[in-house]
Amino acid sequence: MVDPIKVYPSKPAKVYFYGTCLVDMFYPDAGIAGVELLEREGIEVLFPQDQTCCGQPAYTSGYHDQARSVAKAQLDLFPGDWPIVVPSGSCGGMMRKHYPDLFKDTPDEVKAAEVAGRVWELTDFLLNVCHIKLEDLGEPTTVAMHTSCSARREMGVAEVGPKLLGQLKNVNLVEQIRPEECCGFGGTFAVRHPEISGAMVSEKVDTLVDTGAKEFVTTDCGCLMNIAGYAEKNQKPVSGQHILSFLWARTQGKEGQQS
Amino acid sequence: MSETAEHTGHHIDVKEFHPRAQAAIHNPKIRKNFRSAMDGLMSKRKTAFEGWDLETLRDLGANVRLRALANLPDLLEQLEKKLTENGIRVHWAVDGDEACRIVRDICKARDAKTVIKGKSMVSEEMELNHYLEEQGIEALESDLGEYIVQLADETPSHIIMPAIHKNTGEISQLLHDKTGTDLSNDVEYLTASARQQLREKFMNADVGVSGVNFAVAETGTLCLVENEGNGRMTTTVPKCHIAVTGIEKVVPSMEDVSALLALLTRSATGQHITTYFNMISGPRKAEELDGPEEVHLVLVDNGRSSIYQDDELLDTLRCIRCGACMNHCPVYTRVGGHAYGTTYPGPIGKILMPHLIGLDEGRHLPSASSLCGACGEVCPVKIPIPDLLVRLRQESVDGDKLHPAKVRGHGAKRSSMEAMIWKGWAWMHASPGIYRFGTGAASKFRALQPSKAGAWTDYRTAPKLAAKTLHQRMKERGQ
Repeated sequence: MVDPIKVYPSKPAKVYFYGTCLVDMFYPDAGIAGVELLEREGIEVLFPQDQTCCGQPAYTSGYHDQARSVAKAQLDLFPGDWPIVVPSGSCGGMMRKHYPDLFKDTPDEVKAAEVAGRVWELTDFLLNVCHIKLEDLGEPTTVAMHTSCSARREMGVAEVGPKLLGQLKNVNLVEQIRPEECCGFGGTFAVRHPEISGAMVSEKVDTLVDTGAKEFVTTDCGCLMNIAGYAEKNQKPVSGQHILSFLWARTQGKEGQQS
Repeated sequence: MSETAEHTGHHIDVKEFHPRAQAAIHNPKIRKNFRSAMDGLMSKRKTAFEGWDLETLRDLGANVRLRALANLPDLLEQLEKKLTENGIRVHWAVDGDEACRIVRDICKARDAKTVIKGKSMVSEEMELNHYLEEQGIEALESDLGEYIVQLADETPSHIIMPAIHKNTGEISQLLHDKTGTDLSNDVEYLTASARQQLREKFMNADVGVSGVNFAVAETGTLCLVENEGNGRMTTTVPKCHIAVTGIEKVVPSMEDVSALLALLTRSATGQHITTYFNMISGPRKAEELDGPEEVHLVLVDNGRSSIYQDDELLDTLRCIRCGACMNHCPVYTRVGGHAYGTTYPGPIGKILMPHLIGLDEGRHLPSASSLCGACGEVCPVKIPIPDLLVRLRQESVDGDKLHPAKVRGHGAKRSSMEAMIWKGWAWMHASPGIYRFGTGAASKFRALQPSKAGAWTDYRTAPKLAAKTLHQRMKERGQ
């Protein structure tokens, strides 16, 4: 088994924006920030209003029949051949990596593989397809970054976030110890194994606090919900936002807002 | 069918994973011992691969294992033929019980009273020590970690470092209590005293039992990787040597061993090579001065041939037992090896044990993962562990009509309540209008959102619904 090699397309005129259900309900600001960044790059953003969820929660819980029925409803949303951008490594990974397996030996096999091949994690797309150049208009600040496991390992974008933040001249990026270790979210894992997940997120928050940064950014709203939610409940001096919200706010000269 | 537990001689209820995990998480000593040990092992591995093209080497490792598995039946026949020619007697065991009986019969035929053991996870799978004790045969572990675990009447908590859950102080106390060794924090001293105690046992043992890392079909050679020299003593000092191993450990040729060995030692302990690498090719010849008179190999199936029947699950059998997946697992690091209650803990245990004990008994294993992928990333033979976990989750709830479950005990985790919830969820998310109505209504009435959300809010605040959904905001923007 050989991992597919990533071949970036040339910068398109349009993209499909797949918002994800977490962004939709809890972090729409992150979605809007992503749309704004794309539009500033001169790309027209198409938002299929019939999008719901990629199907991952059911898929990772083993309910593949249900995951397939939800995923099938997404397959028809992207009739043109524009790239599909996703502000999440996790949902992006589900669509890019797991759709082909999920629809294998079904009539939708070809379509699923075709859609999967057009899916890009949004920060990766901004950096490596749009070749975005960010001009930092914000005050000097220090941030830490948590790259989600799926962004790192399924979408292979671990270097993208630090590169984008590195373009911001007033942003000092600090690295926590064990940056590659999972924050403990894992979707339904967090409620099926709450003690283990709790132990993981408590250590993640401690390592973030130890960096001295008051703020962290992340590629995924699942991790954000988990890490920031733990910090808030336990009154730890660190807050978080989606990296897209942060990038958009820094380049607008105003601080980012959380939902 | 929890009677399957009897079949592998399990005394621990694997289903009780949660209470054990919870206890471990609240035990600061366990947390500290594992965290510091795993941090050390991760860093050693990283250093050991510096300057290597690791991805190419992992591809090579994966291909070597895949090629071996593709020809498994033929290779096993070739191995048996070659070993027999070399004077090694080959036995086949369908499960752990049969393997135990084979070892017993060999011991009885020699009127053996004492067995010295080198490290062997398959013998743990068989619960061989326990069985031999019942048969009136003393079985003593000679690997230092296994010896410590045996003195403490425990099971290994890691497949490479069985006593990794104990720190030096605890080991010193144990050796003091059980063998009269002076209390000391000097690791050298403790090792030397254990070595002294074991040396006498080696000299008096009737039979040596060891594992096998690679069984080479072309030459009929059993390879054994170890650091303490106890493996060499076990396989050369007693008059009879019995090697036990799983049927998947066979490789075509010595050339295959070199790639796997380079990966194994670096992945396991961060060593370029272990202190000892034993190649056993037969009993003592007439002109030789030492070595055993008799050598046996027991090839144990114990569920492996059923794994072999499935093209996807087959990847489980690539494993070379390096333990890197547990060293890098954030769950294993938090709960330690004993929480799993299985012979093989950690990620490899979660994908292997359900086949050995059934998915009914092991129903909690596949779900105890955040699917972070660290295990798959470090696996030297590229086993797609997260994908196999998802497959086993599907099997444990019978969740895929297109690909009916086939692992023994499948469907045991399915509850009608959960199945109904997912059906409702799928109905809502496969109907865009209903989804938009539901999420829009949730946003509108977000003031009513409860501040508690099950286990989630035991540790975190609840995520806050936004005033407007992204769908609504995009619609307002005309998109």
